[in-house]
Amino acid sequence: MTAVKVGQKALLYLALSVGAVFCLLPVFWLVRSSLMTLGDIFKFPPILWPSHIRWLNYAEATKATPFLLYFRNTMIVLIPNVVGSLLTASLSAYGLARFRFPLRNFWFALVLGAIILPPAVVLIPQFLMWSKLHLVNSFLPLVVPVWFGGGAFNVFLLRQFFLTIPRDYDDAALMDGATYFRIYWQIMLRFIQPALIAVGLFQFLFAWNDFFNPLIYLSSQATYTLAIGLRFYIGSYATQWNDLMAASVIVVVPPVIVFFLGQRYFVEGVTLTGIKM
Amino acid sequence: MLKRHHHAERREAVAGYLFASPIILGLVIWVIAPLFGVVLISLTDWNVLKAPNWIGIRNYVKLFTTDLYFWNSLKVTAYFVVLNVAFGILYSLVVAMLLNQSVKGKGIFRSIFYLPTIVPIVASSALWLWLYNPDFGLFNQILQGVGLHRSLWLSSQTSVIPSIVIMSIWGTAGNTIVIFLAALQGVPRTLLEAVEIDGGNWWHKMTAITLPMISPVTFFNILVGLINSFTVFTQSYVMTAGGPNNASLFYVYLLYREGFQRNNMGGAAALSCVLIVIVSVVGFVVFRTSRQWVYYEGGSG
Repeated sequence: MTAVKVGQKALLYLALSVGAVFCLLPVFWLVRSSLMTLGDIFKFPPILWPSHIRWLNYAEATKATPFLLYFRNTMIVLIPNVVGSLLTASLSAYGLARFRFPLRNFWFALVLGAIILPPAVVLIPQFLMWSKLHLVNSFLPLVVPVWFGGGAFNVFLLRQFFLTIPRDYDDAALMDGATYFRIYWQIMLRFIQPALIAVGLFQFLFAWNDFFNPLIYLSSQATYTLAIGLRFYIGSYATQWNDLMAASVIVVVPPVIVFFLGQRYFVEGVTLTGIKM
Repeated sequence: MLKRHHHAERREAVAGYLFASPIILGLVIWVIAPLFGVVLISLTDWNVLKAPNWIGIRNYVKLFTTDLYFWNSLKVTAYFVVLNVAFGILYSLVVAMLLNQSVKGKGIFRSIFYLPTIVPIVASSALWLWLYNPDFGLFNQILQGVGLHRSLWLSSQTSVIPSIVIMSIWGTAGNTIVIFLAALQGVPRTLLEAVEIDGGNWWHKMTAITLPMISPVTFFNILVGLINSFTVFTQSYVMTAGGPNNASLFYVYLLYREGFQRNNMGGAAALSCVLIVIVSVVGFVVFRTSRQWVYYEGGSG
């Protein structure tokens, strides 16, 4: 390598490292602050790592606010979210990808439109509908809509995957007398498994991270999810920074674990949205 | 024979509708009906507590003439959208281009750049509230450490939006980077080598080949970025409560406040309808101008 090349390489790694620090430093600061005493946390100049690690912050955070209850509520919303989106998005996508029927292109255009429609636009009528049904402050408004197609984006993603499967498989199975449903259930789902995993991960993260919908629909502490619970924790303990950071770590860790477990599918799913759209 | 063919076609159509029925019903119930509903509600004085009355376009008149917050929230949101999209796209593209070089540990870097995207927005709001703390926050400690002036960050009218932009780019660039990176990997090597053979440098390669080749993806990222930025809410709701002095009172925050804190469903619905118009106009303009700079392979697109 010439000197110029070496210099270029060094610059490249330097730039990437600066970016990496920008991404990681806040996360590091979160973990580091969550393990500190208030004395350590307010020191100037700041210290990088606690002089002694204080796990008690986590105990205090979970004692001050019922995180276990919030976790249970989050799961009550999250599990049917994931199952509902996997099932109904794949059914819908299969229908849109494989069958000719009147108005199919119209419905698909609406799917694309629904992807870019800001949810805030339809919020008021949706809320008033749930309110008329006396179902506000239940989990149903956060769960039921997912069972109707599992989100336009997921339908779009799975449809693109179905389109890549050669029709020969359908034709051969039909010849053998298989029903459409059996083709979907036993052949097609197996082919699109990576995409299904991506959809499951997206929906998991969406339900775990969602703040707006629980804020609108859940109005008593007994129904709060973790995201809402943490927001009220911020409101009431904003000066106990160490405990607040511990509470935040509790909310951050599960999705990060899920991300690292399914990273490959994740990246594939995200990539596809940008490239195929 | 013809009849049997007809029969098969009908069977296929019925099966298609049955399979697609969840999303079709979903679109009708959760998108189409509410879109009509929101227009109707915006013409009433509905406040949930008592029966609504028709009041014509009075909600709109009020928005455009006497509402103290409406124009301010539009201005604040527009400022945020422009900064967030411009710097978000630029940052993501630069990172993706760096990652597209032959880098050791590319996978690790990619994970690092994606990691903030996984952090739930409420948790990152708590975290950045701490980082931006004027007295003990990391950023002011760094500024002071290198001998610069402290900033008020979220607590000053002038710096609150740029501060939320920095945090938003941190928290959302991961998706944009991954999409850009995939697009860059799809740029044919042969084309880049052709430029090299003609004596072109990296600038020529970028402007003549790379940027045109990835322009459809750039277009997608800008569109998604615009729409997501327009509906920014949680950061200001959790961190600043719209302040200081309404400097971060974003449009959707105003909508939420009208509807759910002041029980003015009619007014909130009017805000929703105005939002539909804004998003449609912006989307239309982006699509229109995209014809001039988005390059589609194999034709005019």
